[in-house]
Amino acid sequence: MSRLAAEFLTRARDTIAVYPGKRSALIPLLHLAQEQDGYLTGDAMEHIAELLDLTPAEVMGTASFYDMLFTEKVGRWLVSVCTNIACLLNGGYELLDHAEKKLGVRPGVTSHDGRFTLEEVECIARCDEAPCLAVNWRYFGRVSNDGFDQLLVDLESGRLDEQVPPHGTLNRIRRQVGLAAGAPPATVPPGPAEGTPPGYPDAPKPT
Amino acid sequence: MTVTEAPRIVTSRLAYDDSHTLERYLATGGYEALRKALTMTPEGVQAEVETAGILGRGGAGFPAGIKWKTTMALPRPHYLVINGDESEPATFKDHMLLERDPHQVIEGALITAYATQCDQIFLYVRGEFALGQERMQAALNEAYAHGAVGRDIFGSGFSVDAVVHPGAGAYICGEETALLESLEGKRGFPRIKVPPKIIPATVGVYSEPTVVNNVETMSNLPWIVNNGGAAFAAMGAENSKGTRMFAVSGHVKKPGIHEVEMVKTTFRDLIYAPVYGGGIQGGLELKAFIPGGASSPWFGPQHLDLPLGQDEVAQSQGVLPGGGGSMLGSGSIVVMNESACPVRAAWRLARFFARESCGQCTPCREGTGWLDRIMFRIESGSGRMEDLDLLLDVSDNIAPGLAFPYPMTTICFLGPSSPMPICSALQMFRDDFLVHIKDGACPYG
Ligand SMILES: Cc1cc2nc3c(=O)[nH]c(=O)nc-3n(C[C@H](O)[C@H](O)[C@H](O)COP(=O)(O)O)c2cc1C
Ligand code: SF4
Ligand code: FES
Repeated sequence: MSRLAAEFLTRARDTIAVYPGKRSALIPLLHLAQEQDGYLTGDAMEHIAELLDLTPAEVMGTASFYDMLFTEKVGRWLVSVCTNIACLLNGGYELLDHAEKKLGVRPGVTSHDGRFTLEEVECIARCDEAPCLAVNWRYFGRVSNDGFDQLLVDLESGRLDEQVPPHGTLNRIRRQVGLAAGAPPATVPPGPAEGTPPGYPDAPKPT
Repeated sequence: MTVTEAPRIVTSRLAYDDSHTLERYLATGGYEALRKALTMTPEGVQAEVETAGILGRGGAGFPAGIKWKTTMALPRPHYLVINGDESEPATFKDHMLLERDPHQVIEGALITAYATQCDQIFLYVRGEFALGQERMQAALNEAYAHGAVGRDIFGSGFSVDAVVHPGAGAYICGEETALLESLEGKRGFPRIKVPPKIIPATVGVYSEPTVVNNVETMSNLPWIVNNGGAAFAAMGAENSKGTRMFAVSGHVKKPGIHEVEMVKTTFRDLIYAPVYGGGIQGGLELKAFIPGGASSPWFGPQHLDLPLGQDEVAQSQGVLPGGGGSMLGSGSIVVMNESACPVRAAWRLARFFARESCGQCTPCREGTGWLDRIMFRIESGSGRMEDLDLLLDVSDNIAPGLAFPYPMTTICFLGPSSPMPICSALQMFRDDFLVHIKDGACPYG
């Protein structure tokens, strides 16, 4: 259990700063917490609540709605196999069956060694390469059974570390907008209904 | 087989490996349209888009230029939200635009922000699109550095900021009011709309007037501004102007995205033409196809020669028990050949809706779950004869009349669209249902 560490706290503050309304930063911050710990710990959600002036229940309320946000531990690699219509027509369920056998788990379950979590997911919009899957939301198309076995080998050997980073889809995203790297705005965006101050950290005050 | 001469409007850059970079974008005329728009009045830009007559590409198909007017007439602040949540099964066009031509989306958004005098742009990208978000953020950073976003854009005096916002996995967040809730950090519960007074254009994000437009809609704008609305309206016909991206998947030889001229092209062209779908997989015959994403009623071989136009498809003679046609919806066509089990296909879509229902409305929350369970037991061989009437009865409670277009019984359209695949399959392939029940097994193995 852990709160956001310094690096993540800085990124969290930078993120809050680009939104006119603080609460809008909630989902991006949950992604950051997941990047840090692999899933959403109670402490991280409480920390996020403090940062956004929300209650932990409000944070949990939002987090529990979304499929990508996990409040329980998941494996190092989240393997999401699509079985929706285009994949179904092109062997999606056969691929899922194979993945279950190979990993020894049913969808929604993490392997004993804690390395893989298998998921059956809805269309991930790579239907032209059906059947397809994602590992930590990096996509692989036209996956055959042999291709799946090779993918596991490549993941475990570290060959795909560059292509498949650990959890957190924002890990390569750095917003320069309105922050030190970009030009500070001359006027601040108008305030939202929620009454939070518009958020560019070094923006001059409107006159 | 018709392949018209219409230019590629939104997919022109996709042939380049570096299509996502500012360098390529500028080398191919990028940000010229924004410069041009900034020399016009906001009303002038709006008028040009209204002349183009472009219909929204997110599914509902409302003319973009007309939608903007509502927001323009209201006091500021105004917000612009780009809907890049694309989660409709078998829809993958926005995914491609976000990853492969992010600058085009951003330029379109900036043109819209200027026309509608927006104070802030939110580029909402589906959570699962990790690369799409990276490409959009990288492009946005480049655009800021280029002076195309931020303060005093290209010295015009117009300023607007933009932020790339990630979703977190929920189909319903593609519905525009659920999207706004999600953008405010909440659960993705669609809001009750009361047109014409209470819609996002009047009461949107942070309760301010908000323009919500789809990624592909935005991607058309640079071309429209550069070439004029009339040039756009010269393509297509009737109400469906210009070109449109269609995502063809399932049992076709060449699944993929094709940009074609509207109305002048037919489903047959798209599925069979060698440059498009290339024909049916496995040398088999076509059994059925879904014309516009999971929510649309299905079509059969008798519909192949229908033109790809919004009204043409809506007013066609469809298959539903209550009558009516279908829709082009999100522009995704799923092809099933003879080897496809229609019961299984309809069940899988029923399960999709059951999983994705947000649960606010009783007919949708309960009905989608029941449809999923009944369809599953038929497909897995435990169906009963009464189930066929039960399916129609439950469906009729969610979408009274079982017709297209369906009446509104719930807060959003997810509910009434959920029985469409089942009612279509039942009407077209009743024998398949009967065999499942009589034999106690799926005949397709
Ligand atoms: C259940 C549901 C899901 C939707 N999903 C999307 C989507 O993923 N992307 C999208 O652009 N529009 C989606 N829409 C349509 C939007 O509500 C809205 O009409 C659209 O974003 C407006 O943009 P446009 O006018 O440019 O098409 C969805 C609608 C419903 C009812
Ligand atoms: S129709 Fe379904 S998805 Fe839409 S608001 Fe109602 S319960 Fe939610
Ligand atoms: S149906 Fe599997 S990616 Fe679309």
